Amino acid sequence: MAKKRMATVWLDGCSGCHMSFLDIDERLLTLAEIADLVYSPLVDAKVFPENVDVTLVEGAVSSEEDLHKIQMVRERTTVLVSLGDCAVTANVPGMRNPFSTKAVYERAYRENVTLNPGVPNEGVPRLLPQARPIHEFVTVDVFVPGCPPSADTIFYVVSELLAGRTPQVGSHTRFGA
Amino acid sequence: MTASANVKTFQINGRDYSARAEETILEVARQNGIFIPRLCELEGLSTVGACRLCLVEVKGSNRLLASCVTRVEEGMEVTTNSERLERYRRGIVELLFTERNHVCSVCVSNGHCELQFLSQKLDITHIHYPYRFPKAEVDASHGRFVIDHNRCILCNRCVRVCDEIEGAHTWDVMGRGIDARVITDLNQPWGTSDTCTSCGKCVHVCPTGALFEKGRSVAEMEKRRNFLPYLQLMRGDQNG
Repeated sequence: MAKKRMATVWLDGCSGCHMSFLDIDERLLTLAEIADLVYSPLVDAKVFPENVDVTLVEGAVSSEEDLHKIQMVRERTTVLVSLGDCAVTANVPGMRNPFSTKAVYERAYRENVTLNPGVPNEGVPRLLPQARPIHEFVTVDVFVPGCPPSADTIFYVVSELLAGRTPQVGSHTRFGA
Repeated sequence: MTASANVKTFQINGRDYSARAEETILEVARQNGIFIPRLCELEGLSTVGACRLCLVEVKGSNRLLASCVTRVEEGMEVTTNSERLERYRRGIVELLFTERNHVCSVCVSNGHCELQFLSQKLDITHIHYPYRFPKAEVDASHGRFVIDHNRCILCNRCVRVCDEIEGAHTWDVMGRGIDARVITDLNQPWGTSDTCTSCGKCVHVCPTGALFEKGRSVAEMEKRRNFLPYLQLMRGDQNG
């Protein structure tokens, strides 16, 4: 049987979901036998490839780059997994949402900065007005809440999906888990 | 004293039960280990039927009835769980999550929250409605307690416990619809309230992390409610 093609993507999140993914420890070897990790912050590929079977997406959609990425990921992925509370609910990145982006920029790049305060206008993607969950932009196939979802939850979800089954997520994790 | 034998016999989910006429469907269900979700009702406080999560189907009625305020009746046939009820309950909980800013991961009540518990119980893995992300205040002016309106679901338990059990009536509700807020005294900072006795009952009946003790960090705020049935029992004679 041909190996499955798997990817992970990191949008506006803390990378904690990726850490939790790595926490599945030696079971990574089990996954490596049935799937190739074709794109991820954890591997070298620079461009998100075509024909990916399963993609785990961590983080909210918060910038123009995030929006561009999630749309491309959706086009090239069969099963898109919204992984963790930032992807599912906007979570902590969404705590800026009651404020204007101008206020957020001021806070981050002027008020809390002593060396060359100033809002950058190149090299950093522009913020969208709010950080929002990814299912508000693209169709999501599987939702895995949790901050982060436990390693056991992630292993369960990924193994089920790679085996062609639909995981029953609800009893394994919850918002804030 | 002899109890008048006003006993009603009825069915819940096809099984026979009997209870005193003044008991509600929710009370009978709870006594018999039948789970009905609710967020505003709390044993020991008056019932207001505000959250609508305890809705049940009663044969012969084409509308759903809030089981916390519906008394048992002879021959009643109650259904506590159905596809329709599940759909409404999930909808209500999802709307509660969108109405304010519930960020479970950084909440003092993470792991001890009734809203969070219900979301998992009802198998809610994401919210279908768009989040509102409103601007909501945090009032930390009280010496010992904090109110974070981001996490308030307007269940009114704080209002009721303060009025009915503590007798202070510091809390009330101001505004309508999505603008409604619980307030202390005449909508002034909690710390300046003349009526608050700092008893903390409001904090401990609050189902979420909206009311909490100062100094508690993420997931550290466990609510203690055992004082309520005790106080109710002790005051039973006065309240008739």
